[in-house]
Amino acid sequence: MATAAETVGRYLPLTARRERFSRFADQFRANTKAKIGFAIVLALVVVAVLAPVIAPYSISKTDISHRTEAPSVQHLFGTDSLGRDVFSRVVMGSRISLYVGFGAISGALLVGTVIGLLAGYLGGMTDELLMRLMDAAMAFPPVLLALTLMVVLGPELNNVVLALAFVYTPYIARVARSAALAERNESYVEAAVARGESNRRIVLAEVLPNCAAPLLVQGSLNVSFAILSEASLSFLGLGAQPPTPSWGLMINTGAGFMETAPWMIIFPGLAIGLTVIGFNMLGDGLRDVLDPKVDTVEA
Amino acid sequence: MSVEPTPGPADVAGAADGDAPLLEVRDLRTEFTTRAGRVVAANDVSFSLERGETMGLVGESGAGKSVTARSILQLIDRPGEITGGEVRFKGADLLACSEAEMGAIRGREIALVPQDPMASLNPVLSVGDQIAETIARHQDVGAAEARERAIEAMVDVGIPDAAERVDDYPHEFSGGMRQRVLLAIGLSCQPDLVIADEPTTALDVTTQAKILDLLGELQAEKGMAVLLITHNLGVVAQTCDHVGVMYAGNLVETASLEDLFANPQHPYTRGLIDSIPDVDTTYDALPAMAGSMPDLTDLPAGCNFAPRCPHATEACQAGGDPPLEPVDGSTARVACHHAADLDLSEPTVAGPGAVGRRAVDRSGDPLFDVRDLRKHFPAGDGLLGSLEVDFDGGRPRVSRRSVKAVDGVSFDVYPGETVGLVGESGCGKSTIARAALRLIEPTSGEIYVEGRPLHELGATEVRSLRREMQLVFQDPGSSLNPRKTVGAIVGRAMELHGIATGAAKRRRVRELLQRVGLPGDAADRYPHEFSGGQQQRVAIAHALAVDPKLVVCDEPVSALDVSVQAQILNLLHDIQAERDIAFLFISHNIGVVRHVCDRVAVMYLGEIVEFGSVEQVFSPPFHPYTESLLSTVPHADPGRETDRMLLEGSVPSPVNPPSGCAFQTRCPKKLGGVCEREAPALEARGTGDGHRLACHLDLEAMSDRDAFI
Repeated sequence: MATAAETVGRYLPLTARRERFSRFADQFRANTKAKIGFAIVLALVVVAVLAPVIAPYSISKTDISHRTEAPSVQHLFGTDSLGRDVFSRVVMGSRISLYVGFGAISGALLVGTVIGLLAGYLGGMTDELLMRLMDAAMAFPPVLLALTLMVVLGPELNNVVLALAFVYTPYIARVARSAALAERNESYVEAAVARGESNRRIVLAEVLPNCAAPLLVQGSLNVSFAILSEASLSFLGLGAQPPTPSWGLMINTGAGFMETAPWMIIFPGLAIGLTVIGFNMLGDGLRDVLDPKVDTVEA
Repeated sequence: MSVEPTPGPADVAGAADGDAPLLEVRDLRTEFTTRAGRVVAANDVSFSLERGETMGLVGESGAGKSVTARSILQLIDRPGEITGGEVRFKGADLLACSEAEMGAIRGREIALVPQDPMASLNPVLSVGDQIAETIARHQDVGAAEARERAIEAMVDVGIPDAAERVDDYPHEFSGGMRQRVLLAIGLSCQPDLVIADEPTTALDVTTQAKILDLLGELQAEKGMAVLLITHNLGVVAQTCDHVGVMYAGNLVETASLEDLFANPQHPYTRGLIDSIPDVDTTYDALPAMAGSMPDLTDLPAGCNFAPRCPHATEACQAGGDPPLEPVDGSTARVACHHAADLDLSEPTVAGPGAVGRRAVDRSGDPLFDVRDLRKHFPAGDGLLGSLEVDFDGGRPRVSRRSVKAVDGVSFDVYPGETVGLVGESGCGKSTIARAALRLIEPTSGEIYVEGRPLHELGATEVRSLRREMQLVFQDPGSSLNPRKTVGAIVGRAMELHGIATGAAKRRRVRELLQRVGLPGDAADRYPHEFSGGQQQRVAIAHALAVDPKLVVCDEPVSALDVSVQAQILNLLHDIQAERDIAFLFISHNIGVVRHVCDRVAVMYLGEIVEFGSVEQVFSPPFHPYTESLLSTVPHADPGRETDRMLLEGSVPSPVNPPSGCAFQTRCPKKLGGVCEREAPALEARGTGDGHRLACHLDLEAMSDRDAFI
């Protein structure tokens, strides 16, 4: 046999890591849903980060003389029943929503991924036990379960994050489990066992990276649900407490002035809607972009 | 095959097509749009097929065989598109037909028999319904009549008890029977042309032989033409009248079967024939073609085969593909610049550096010693699924059923030798490999690695012993983690077992990658950037990274194209010679086993039925199962007719194996009662040392055939 290197010849004409990323980028660019979702989420994050700069007024300074004023040049979104600037409160409220959304889902991802990977990789009794627990938690409607937890934990913003993390953990765990189950049957896992790797390392270093895509999709979809749930809880008085500018709380207070000052609920409502749509579109788009079977680049 | 294009009347009914071939494909061009641009999957393909003939279309994966076949039926989906040429069937141009007209032709005039009998049948419809569906679509018959004809079609393809089984569902049939059902669907409307796309690729050799026989019989009976698409030259040699060889979208050679094998005109055809290890030839090293098929998005400027061609000259490197032209004094047409001045009738001999099989020293202790290994899986799902309640004899008895995947297997492997495990799918070969390495826990049995009892060791000790024993998998794509670079994959094992870290590790990884034939910068790339053969080289490097003493190769070449297969086999061979590694080589391919192994264990239904050196196993006395396996391997040589010993039925379920000898239900040489009552022990019989057979027959009865080597 000639020297081995000669016999093999050239590479396939794909090149390096860049190719993989550029494939992702191309797919992303071709996916309108993902692009719009990403733009909305990015805008939201920018607004939240720069909120104190953007907000023209203090969120807590009341001004009885200017209460329930209609939107104007001074007060873009009008003022509320205590004379506070609604625009400033909506802008600052983005921080609350994102904090709750990202916080709760990060927690759910952390716990849910561990549970799901263990169940999927180990299988057998571990799987049965963990997944039946998750099923039990999922048997309750998410908002109802969150409500119950809030009653126990007490109405406070950090507790909202905790309760929602708990509520969304099973959804993440389910996705992680099915991804791990599929990866477990790939022979690179067996190759790792055959080379003497420990279970822990196989799960963390071999299986987990291959489960990242579906988890990312599920995570971003669930961020929108968590944000919506926070608004619901706050609306019901079990979430953030006044004077926190939570969008749900603002709608709660505004509900009494629906006829006289509808802008008090319209603008926080729009903010909630836009945020939820943004994360949903991003999640849906990512699902298409990351799934190699769906080729969104027009052939 | 006629070379002259015959202008036929445009008439699908084809009353006046006396001279015209049944099917004539002219300059067929099918293109796909991919991210990397337009790709020509079938590049101006031209051939013709007469009534009643069988034409084989051979080539490696990606050559364009299936695309050509599907283009004929206009079954090309976006992003594919037929961009040129003509397909004349009975004189009419199929490419001009509307979708509705094609619907009337597909299934009725031209039938497609798909490859995968598992995936091509609808699991929720009974097989009778699926056959009747086609009949009802094309023939004006009622439901009852269609059902009758479905049963007839099942009888035609040799499905036993057709009338009873017509309402069974696909999962109730074995793979071979399912392939027969697909044939029955294809033949149910008496088509004039059957396009069979790899009809036996998913089947075992003994089943393959039966299906090919059946196809031949049906063809003779019904007078249809067959276009057989396959990658297996052995299948072609046994069945076809004409052959077309495809490479990277081009038809590079067509010829009558005899001419193709006796005097191939294209260097690729020669290489393809040479790459197949034949059962009855001894090789030092297989003559391997260099490289692999180019990617269709990046074809060479000249002849597509030029970069791999041993005869290529400067003229071949530029100016596009040579046209397919007739050859003087032969039925062949060939696309090669050097067709006139090359004589390829003699097989290529392997290049320099070949190492023959060495003598193995078996005087010391075995490296790997497996004794009475058993692995039983619970049958059914979950805790209760495996329970079976038996009401025989009054009181119900509850027993636990199990699948006896491996049932009392003993063998040993000495340092530096290659022991083969052969058998059909489901015989327990892969389970043995995994149980013997304790990748799955064996049910019982003893395993000694250099005298250390692997079966008694705790998890941590087993992990450290893994350094001695490595595994190479069948599917290289799945055995390499897609998220890690090749360097990380290969280097990880070195780190894990404390062999090398940091710069020393990187240097060793580079050396190892170069040794298995990959460029040094391969370390920074991801597995998906490599072709299948290259990925298998990475997997071999991964196995070698820890300097193991034993490497278990589980079907290491069966997912690869034949030309690449030969390269990998040669690489394994050279590495064994250099490093004195022992291989446990699992394969269903007898030719490959014959080529690489020192000793062979033939397995049937979880047991070893014959064990001995290659020479012993391939010569009489034969175990009847071994004899059948060896006799049904299709030879890549149309001149050879083997007296094949076909087996009845299919492999019994390992949940409920037959009484006595496991093979008795299918054995053509069954003695009678003794075979049903007593399981024969695997005993040292036969001529030489260590040739063990498990059979009640006397040596005389096992020796009525010549050796296969």
